[in-house]
Amino acid sequence: MSTAANEAPRSRGKAPAGERVADWADGRLGIYSLAKANMRKIFPDHWSFMLGEICLYSFIIIILTGVYLTLFFHPSMNEVEYHGSYVPMQGQLMSEAYKSTLDISFDVRGGLLIRQIHHWAAIIFLAGMFVHMMRVFFTGAFRKPREINWLFGFLLFVLGMFTGFTGYSLPDDLLSGTGVRFTQGAILSVPIVGTYISMFLFGGEFPGTDFVARFYSIHILLLPGIMLGLVVGHLILVFYHKHTQFAGPGKTNKNVVGMPLLPVYMAKAGGFFFLVFGVIAAIAGIASVNPIWSIGPYRPDQVSTGAQPDWYMGFAEGLVRAMPGWEINFWGHTLVLGVFVPLVIFGLFLAIIALYPFIESWVTGDKREHHILDRPRNAPTRTAFGVAWVTAYMIMLIGGGNDIVATHFHLSINAVTWFVRIGFFAGPVIAFVITKRICLGLQRRDKEKVLHGRESGIIKRLPHGEFIEVHEPLSQEQLHTLTAHEQYKSAEIGPTVDENGVQRKVKRTDKLRAKLSKSYYGPESQIPKPTVEEYKEITSGHGHH
Amino acid sequence: MSSQDIPEENLPAAQRGTHAPKPADDKNPFADPGLPPHEHRIQDIDERAAKRSERTVALLFTVSMLATIGFIASFVAIPHDKSIYVFPLGHINAMNLALGLTLGVALFTIGAGAVHWARTLMSDEEVADERHPIEASPEVRAKVHADFKQGAKESVIGRRKLIRNTMLGALTLVPLSGVVLLRDLGPLPGTKLRHTLWNKGKLLVNMNTNEPMRPSDIAVGSLTFAKPEGLDEHDHGFQNEIAKAALMLIRLEPEAIKDKRELEWSHEGIVAYSKICTHVGCPISLYEQQTHHALCPCHQSTFDLADGARVIFGPAGHALPQLRIGVNDEGYLEALSDFEEPVGPAFWERG
Ligand code: HEM
Ligand code: FES
Repeated sequence: MSTAANEAPRSRGKAPAGERVADWADGRLGIYSLAKANMRKIFPDHWSFMLGEICLYSFIIIILTGVYLTLFFHPSMNEVEYHGSYVPMQGQLMSEAYKSTLDISFDVRGGLLIRQIHHWAAIIFLAGMFVHMMRVFFTGAFRKPREINWLFGFLLFVLGMFTGFTGYSLPDDLLSGTGVRFTQGAILSVPIVGTYISMFLFGGEFPGTDFVARFYSIHILLLPGIMLGLVVGHLILVFYHKHTQFAGPGKTNKNVVGMPLLPVYMAKAGGFFFLVFGVIAAIAGIASVNPIWSIGPYRPDQVSTGAQPDWYMGFAEGLVRAMPGWEINFWGHTLVLGVFVPLVIFGLFLAIIALYPFIESWVTGDKREHHILDRPRNAPTRTAFGVAWVTAYMIMLIGGGNDIVATHFHLSINAVTWFVRIGFFAGPVIAFVITKRICLGLQRRDKEKVLHGRESGIIKRLPHGEFIEVHEPLSQEQLHTLTAHEQYKSAEIGPTVDENGVQRKVKRTDKLRAKLSKSYYGPESQIPKPTVEEYKEITSGHGHH
Repeated sequence: MSSQDIPEENLPAAQRGTHAPKPADDKNPFADPGLPPHEHRIQDIDERAAKRSERTVALLFTVSMLATIGFIASFVAIPHDKSIYVFPLGHINAMNLALGLTLGVALFTIGAGAVHWARTLMSDEEVADERHPIEASPEVRAKVHADFKQGAKESVIGRRKLIRNTMLGALTLVPLSGVVLLRDLGPLPGTKLRHTLWNKGKLLVNMNTNEPMRPSDIAVGSLTFAKPEGLDEHDHGFQNEIAKAALMLIRLEPEAIKDKRELEWSHEGIVAYSKICTHVGCPISLYEQQTHHALCPCHQSTFDLADGARVIFGPAGHALPQLRIGVNDEGYLEALSDFEEPVGPAFWERG
């Protein structure tokens, strides 16, 4: 197409300016091929798909405000005397980091707002990621081909926790310093290398004069850099895989139904960015978070009562609080189980949810792509497992604030701690059983609805005096939506004796798998969905009544 | 993705209507009826309603512009240390509130305008896009594998083992330089965690008054914090030293002391314990004089100061280290040695 004849009109400037710029860029970057595939890309709509957007937007807000903060923040632990405009602190010794944070809050106009937006956005970013992750989990959106994207998301959550932690440690105030001390104590508990890691991280003994500068480069460069890469990768994969969708009329595993990127999705998603930013800005104006001036600068021999980390560290805090203080001394060494075990559980507990997609696909042996989301009730064992995990997480979150819970509800701290200890093990089991039952109950109700129609709320009196509720038959759309889900059969080990009567060795992993498969898809774990025959029999039977 | 590589029979059999939309027929009442027909919104049919939507969107955008002007005005006009009382919030910084709210409104209304525009005036017709399997077709797969084999063959890496092995060796070794470079991040632990500034003859100095203390300065039932003489908060390294040397003093009736060693190391009922919690190192700050319990505010470890400071509740793993104290010739409290064991959290080499 690139003949001289074609280019002539362009150079004469007849095309609109925007088009000419686009042509120029296309000649160098090939943007048209990219746009052809993506400009009218289809995005399905569901409220829960906005959770991921909240994360993305708060991440962008964090970067914007973070860059602003770097213009004023001094990541130094040199001790200085304060002579700024906040009167109650006059003459106090503090690190430059703390002083510059006071300056941001009191002397830079709008600085306090940006600090608070940064902090609020961090809280919302992590809460958003947690809920988004749960959405993906409970709808089975992590199944093939999206397992890697699940891992990307999981990594973002974990890195987000550490970025948040290094961030709120920067101001070097009494509260965050206590958190850093906690971390250092936890590092010391690591067998063999603990003291070495601590010395290397802090440049010597705690607190030293290096950690703020080191946390600073981790906080503003290393971790956000990795996270930015992961976010971009995450989004590329979302585009590439195309979005999942719930079952419904016209929606199949081979299509994606929704509205095009340009204009609807772009307007909605772009608009949503401003909504999120606006809400966070307003919160930052109204509600103060981390008022470091009322906490004071860090001193290792001082502490503020009710020391609490940001919520996303509450789970780790809970583990450390609930664990009994076991210590084993042998051959001149100490195994600090009381602190090290929580550290290990923290890692394992997160790893379980990260690896879950691989466990499930191993149990089902399913190697197909899945683009239709499960309703949580239709995957009872998975749903129950997820609720059990969340229950344990929440119980530890309560444990992280055991003193607050105790004083608030006038309980003894001892009682709360024991509740948390027992709850951490018993809670998930109870939650598992209850959730599974609820799921099965909902499945039964769906089946009922399909076969007998929807309860209309209209009561009719039959000639012989009996009252019945009139059931309205469902439309075909509804019938389809309620029966579209797949149901696995549980895997059998198969005959252990082959056709020649020779005993076949059954591997232990096969046995485990069959067992898991049974608990996932056995008769106790799902209600067989209505068949066409059942439906026809009942609907035709209705006529005879 | 085809179904022939599904290894298990436990997968759902090919199911009715799940994969391809079949036209509804009376054979299968559950079949996919296909996309429902598009329903028009009021704005699609009634131009007046569409005009109303247009005005709403324009209004929202205008409010945003006004809010931005309000933001700039607040920035310039409000004194930045002015505090005002707002009902449920209490006393707050006026500028922060004004900036936050104006910025919030300016942003929110842009978003609300865009979303309203999209919902009422842009086409809301749902369309379907096809999906294609993520994995490549067998031909592409075969081609890539063949290309790779060709490339590997041309590189002769498989045949020239010497090159391959030395290359792997070099690539394995070279990151070691990076590891070595990290060595100077900090000193080796050595015995640093075992020693504090305390030693024989160091006076106990009151943390608040900065004065040495006589036994008579310490009342029964009170909690006093102390530091070693000569340690000033202006000193370089103050933070590191106080992190280990911080001390708490309490005075008990000597009969109340249950632990024999504690009694031996005390002076006239005054006992000196490390203030640093043995759990993960918070400073202990609460003391209950009736029970002689000291409580760490971080995770509520509770120590019985009348009984060797053993742990009676909470996650701490061992008792607080005690400092041996006495009085010097002039009657001032002094340390008789350093702590016998490391203070603070436990660690591998502690033993
Ligand atoms: C990616 C996720 C990030 C999270 C979760 C996060 C979180 C936080 C938090 C909670 C604080 C404490 C704020 C306070 O209350 O004082 C903080 C401080 C800070 N952050 Fe971030 N941040 C992130 C990224 C960034 C980036 C990309 C930058 C800069 C390019 C940055 C720069 C700063 C600076 C300079 C401070 C110290 C100033 C102050 O505390 O006022 N942050 N961060
Ligand atoms: S640091 Fe004292 S109880 Fe944890």
